[in-house]
Amino acid sequence: MSEIGTTKVLEDNLVTLRRTSGLGGYLRAIGAIVWKDLAAELRSRELLGAMLVFALLVVLIFNFALELDIRTRETVTSGVLWVTFAFAGTLGLNRSMAVEKDRGCLDGLLLAPVDRSALYFGKALGNLVFMLIVEAIVLPLYSVLYNTNLFQPGLLAVILLGSIGYVAVGTLLSSMAVQARTRDVLLPILLFPVVLPVLVPAVKASNGFLLGFEMAEIWSWLNLLIVYDVVFIAVAFMVFDYVVEE
Amino acid sequence: MIDVRGLVKTFGLKSVLRGLEFHVERGEFVALVGPNGAGKTTFLRILASLSRPSTGEVRVAGYRLPAQAAAVRIRLGVVSHQPLLYGDLTAEENLFFYSRMYGLINPERRVRAVLDMVGLQARRRDLVRQFSRGMQQRLAIGRAILHDPEILLFDEPHTGLDQEAAAMLDTLLRDVAARDRTVVMTSHNLDRAADLAQRIDILSKGVIAASVKRTEIDPLDLPKLYRSVTHV
Repeated sequence: MSEIGTTKVLEDNLVTLRRTSGLGGYLRAIGAIVWKDLAAELRSRELLGAMLVFALLVVLIFNFALELDIRTRETVTSGVLWVTFAFAGTLGLNRSMAVEKDRGCLDGLLLAPVDRSALYFGKALGNLVFMLIVEAIVLPLYSVLYNTNLFQPGLLAVILLGSIGYVAVGTLLSSMAVQARTRDVLLPILLFPVVLPVLVPAVKASNGFLLGFEMAEIWSWLNLLIVYDVVFIAVAFMVFDYVVEE
Repeated sequence: MIDVRGLVKTFGLKSVLRGLEFHVERGEFVALVGPNGAGKTTFLRILASLSRPSTGEVRVAGYRLPAQAAAVRIRLGVVSHQPLLYGDLTAEENLFFYSRMYGLINPERRVRAVLDMVGLQARRRDLVRQFSRGMQQRLAIGRAILHDPEILLFDEPHTGLDQEAAAMLDTLLRDVAARDRTVVMTSHNLDRAADLAQRIDILSKGVIAASVKRTEIDPLDLPKLYRSVTHV
């Protein structure tokens, strides 16, 4: 290194780049975005903190608002759970994209020489992790408050599938909404009508598991949920490039 | 290195660029000046593949935009008036993140070298949100040169910097340009443009209204030329 003024000149400028167009580069970019989101969140705790507080407040308010008998409680559980997850999820989606927009970081991501769908999957995976963490904390609390056993493998699978679908649509729409001045208001308005095909089967299938329905009755909702997950992920994969480019 | 023909960019009914022609040779440092709303940032965003041209042909390093955008992006470093850095990550973590996005082999060595170059080695473990605007802009340059790009685009990099930080940035820009890199920089400041660049292009109403080499014009005549072509 040689000093020039207050800065230094790099003598060894040999930079070796891996191919970024292959599957390895694609997965590496996804991993880098997830790592970045988790590392930043670990420091600030802004996103998870807001999601958690909001989710817990919703559960508590419902607990006081619905003074119901045990049977009725069981029938409303899936609805209350998904309202909580959806509202808390919207908060997280908004914040997650706002972080990218505020310092122009979205441009930094878009300048990377990787397929832009990798950026979508990176952000979506990060959002999914945050949503699952919130759900993992809300479920035991809900179980205690409502005296309901929520730790059933079938119900947990529905929550996972529903969260995947919710995050798949939410990440795409939040990357659209973040360009607008009214992004905080715009996202829920855009998201809830579009995500209904995920939320309805998720609520119905959750209800089926909680009330002990036959698997044959639940399967149709589960199939619908899986189909919508695949459709929403495929659509987002195809259109993300156009959504984020001017 | 950069070849633009008949570039038009419209937003709704509003035309921002109106048949712009622009050519830059390898290793040239071109400053793009013009009044607010002339289309400087829009033009740079198109060169950076962040915005699609409405019509016209844009070639960067021989690749067409937007069709071959990924090939262009690996040859491109961009610094804008926003730092494009994550405030909740340290300087080092930001550079490691971008190293992975660009697929750098041996990123530790490169990150160390870049932090040395921008004079932030001692602050590498500090969160970027604790940095001054000048330090953030130096790190932004570090991010832009991390993958050693052939072409650098600077969009008003001096915005919000005090005099000392701006002078430091100028030194850094000269260092980068001296390494045979092609540089296009937009600026509001004619003196700074004349001081740094080899050629000054004046963008007005969506076209290059004048283009002069620094050696062909007295810097004192530049404001007069600017006023005559931009009608201000």
